[in-house]
Amino acid sequence: MSSRTISLEVNGEAIEYDVPARRLLVHFIRDDLGLTGTHVGCDTGNCGACTVHLDGTAVKSCMLLAVQADGSRIATVEGLAGEGELTALQRAFNEHHALQCGYCTPGMLMSATALLEQNPHPSEDEVRVALQGNICRCTGYVNIVEAVVAVGEDTA
Amino acid sequence: MSTTTTTVTEQQPARRLEKGYIGQSIPRREDKRLVQGLGTFFDDVRRHGMGYVHFVRSPYAHAKIISIDVSKALELDGVYGTITGDEVAIHTDPFFEMSVEPGGNIKDYALAVGRVRHSGEPVAAVCAATRELARDAADLVEVEYDPLPVLVDAAESLKDETILHDDAGSNTVWSGVFDWGDVDSALAEADHVVKIERLHFHRFSSTPLECAGALVEYDKGTAEWTLHCNHQMPGVGAIWMAPALRTGIDKLRFVTQDIGGGFGNKICLHPQYVVLCLMARKLGRPVQWTEWRTDQHTANAHGNERTFMDIEVGVMADGTMTGFRVRALDDCGAFPRYEPLGCIIWAQVTPGLYGWRNIRVDFTQVCTNKSPVSPNRGYSRMQHLWLTERIIDIVATELDLDPVEIRKKNYVKTEQMPYETPNGCFYDSGDYAAALDIALELIDHGSIEERRKEAASRGKLLGFGIGSTLDSGTNNFGQSTLLNPDLQFSGNNEAASVKLDIFGEVVVTLGTVPQGQGHETTSSQVVADILGCSPEQVNVRRGHDTWFNSHAGFSGTYASQFAFTGLGAVKGAAELLRGEMVQLAAAVLQAPEEAIELADGFARIKDGPEEAALPFMALGAIVNANNAFLPPDFNPTLNHRYVCRPYFGMVDTEKKTGQLTLTYATQIHAAVVEIDPDTGVVDVVDYAAVDDCGIRINPQIVEGQVHGATAHALGAALSEEFVYDEEGTLLTSNFYDYHVPHALDMPPLKTGSMESPSPVAPLGAKGMGEGGGGGIHCVCSAIQDALASAGKAIVYTSCNPPHRVWSMLQDPEATRANVSVESR
Repeated sequence: MSSRTISLEVNGEAIEYDVPARRLLVHFIRDDLGLTGTHVGCDTGNCGACTVHLDGTAVKSCMLLAVQADGSRIATVEGLAGEGELTALQRAFNEHHALQCGYCTPGMLMSATALLEQNPHPSEDEVRVALQGNICRCTGYVNIVEAVVAVGEDTA
Repeated sequence: MSTTTTTVTEQQPARRLEKGYIGQSIPRREDKRLVQGLGTFFDDVRRHGMGYVHFVRSPYAHAKIISIDVSKALELDGVYGTITGDEVAIHTDPFFEMSVEPGGNIKDYALAVGRVRHSGEPVAAVCAATRELARDAADLVEVEYDPLPVLVDAAESLKDETILHDDAGSNTVWSGVFDWGDVDSALAEADHVVKIERLHFHRFSSTPLECAGALVEYDKGTAEWTLHCNHQMPGVGAIWMAPALRTGIDKLRFVTQDIGGGFGNKICLHPQYVVLCLMARKLGRPVQWTEWRTDQHTANAHGNERTFMDIEVGVMADGTMTGFRVRALDDCGAFPRYEPLGCIIWAQVTPGLYGWRNIRVDFTQVCTNKSPVSPNRGYSRMQHLWLTERIIDIVATELDLDPVEIRKKNYVKTEQMPYETPNGCFYDSGDYAAALDIALELIDHGSIEERRKEAASRGKLLGFGIGSTLDSGTNNFGQSTLLNPDLQFSGNNEAASVKLDIFGEVVVTLGTVPQGQGHETTSSQVVADILGCSPEQVNVRRGHDTWFNSHAGFSGTYASQFAFTGLGAVKGAAELLRGEMVQLAAAVLQAPEEAIELADGFARIKDGPEEAALPFMALGAIVNANNAFLPPDFNPTLNHRYVCRPYFGMVDTEKKTGQLTLTYATQIHAAVVEIDPDTGVVDVVDYAAVDDCGIRINPQIVEGQVHGATAHALGAALSEEFVYDEEGTLLTSNFYDYHVPHALDMPPLKTGSMESPSPVAPLGAKGMGEGGGGGIHCVCSAIQDALASAGKAIVYTSCNPPHRVWSMLQDPEATRANVSVESR
């Protein structure tokens, strides 16, 4: 298997890594870097459990090869808040019971964080559009949408 | 030295605790790790030198296996080894079957042996150094097949023209007649008999976002396997696996941590897990398997598909329904596995919410060349409740009765509670008509006709529908003997342990296997109330570990029973601990036990001086580290295990009656839909779900379960379907083709609640969470109502995506031919 050396920044840390050319970004993040907060829920790019930020944009890391992230800045759920801290969105997910099994949660948080960076006070419809690429099988989305909207309202 | 005590008692009379943390929506304890990506799911577990397993799967739905050649795979650098069906047949025994003959003669191995019976069935496994390599190597395994005729229709299967399992000699797994009351007389005496030829409940599953899998380690010295896994019912999983592996149950250690959803779909993982056990032993290294999404859809766990035929319903002139008879044909796919339990589980809700006293169900289950089924949220009851709700609405349509009034007339009344059903189950509490009223108010039922006109002015067909369901919780496993009297199962149990550790930590371990239900939180609420501390002081260990010693034979999270058995065990253990803490404090403080109270994290003398108080830490330290002064005849352990064993009594295998389950939570759902007649697209524009599960330990968690169950039901009602072509290939094998609701698909949900405490449950709390598929029933009901003005089609299937609705609009008579009324 051919491999390439890639250089990238992950959650603020510079990383150089020799990675098989065929390896998916999500497997690189999970298996090579040990950042297991990013999850895999499907084979087809539908579910969004693997959502990370690539140069500030929410992307599905199962739809990219690790080598495509060469030279970029990656943020994962582990990097959302400082050590021992939670972001307002993470706190809102807890307060509004926006998670049950928690498997989709990292992806939801990454998509919603990207939305709030672009649009700090989204409406319910805007939140639903922004999260349409993330599947949750537990919550029916009710409390997830409520949590994201609440963060926008709190910062208004 | 501290020891663990185990206490087993039959259920205690219900006692509501004084107002405390129970009943409060405290935020979940589990969330902090999960929102930081610090949860630990099975796929996050790593071991040095581990190998990755990939299964070679059959592209055919039915074929003989002529040969399997793994040599090319083994030649690849980094491939550790393979296993084929031939090896499985040598090293394991077939899994235990629950059915009588003919189904009981089926031989089900961990891999296909000699023949494949559904597309995606594993025929070999490959283990390699990386996930990618394992997959590549699996592609190099050469399997020669000889295709056989394919059965994808249960009715065809029933003819036995092609036999799937030669050992059984028939495709029928189980068949039997359930006959309660006198249905023939009821129909003969009825003023109207409504006949429905065929209704079909479709195949789907809750498809948890985390697929199945495990990391399995084998200890050659002790011959023990450790499975870091996401099995949601390890107690029963071990009962399947250990005999197949020819080992003792204590040689299988199941460890779960966080699980990414289960919904019943992670109950039948024993075939794959046995392969992993064999592979780990063969290779002498830890092996890991993560199921692919496509594999989950093609070959793990579908919900039961059921066809109802020749339905006849007796109705009196005033709308009172006296009885019904039906032939039910259940399709369990290629292997029965958890089946034929689905052939009896529905009987927990035999009359639905209604007063029918005369019911005959002629039930048959067959195998087909489709994925095996497994319990799926609402397991088997949902199918039957859908039938009862379809009957109600079809009778209402045909006899021009009001769907609200006919329900209220026929619902079991609150003053009849506890209500004994015709088959000996007891509905413990509830007020169905009152719950319906809440739902009607939430969707502003009074304005429906006005809204119908307004929608019509926009060219849309508006419809309103109701789904009335029961979520029966806490199974009596003795019901399995109604299928097979030789089975040695009865009752139910769950265990928990609670201890006070040396620095005053309250530590709880559960036998249950949570997958998102918030057991850490609700358990801490119950323990905090009993011990007089805050939930934060209670450390509920994550997940399940056989080595916790806090499990029992039926341990797991399934069948809406945690609130009864799980929390019953927690309560029992906490009360034992409390008793000892009081005794200990009384001894130390030289006061009578009655004078001691536990509050605010102290054991203290009620209304006593401030210094007459011992922090939990002091109690923990005295017993664990500073105990020389304790009298020799006083040996507190501060470590208690309790088994909650509900009392059911025995079932009557002749009459097929008995208390099959203990609690009945009520759900009344109501929907308003708009249909675009040009496209058949159904838009749910208003929706209400009312839930009554007795005392709610944590109302926010209860509401979350209601939301989730509703989303599953709406997905099933409008899009989710496992569709097979005639060759037995699954056409909806991933989330592209199998559309689950996204955030944009979900209508605004209005929720309401009631609390009818269960008189039989330890905390008055009924199991809930599965729901009864209320969303499926009320959407079918609403679609039928919407179609009333466009040809009066009858909704005959549980899944109604646009093309099906469009067909009903084009040819309503085709569905109406299914229904007739005989009036006298």
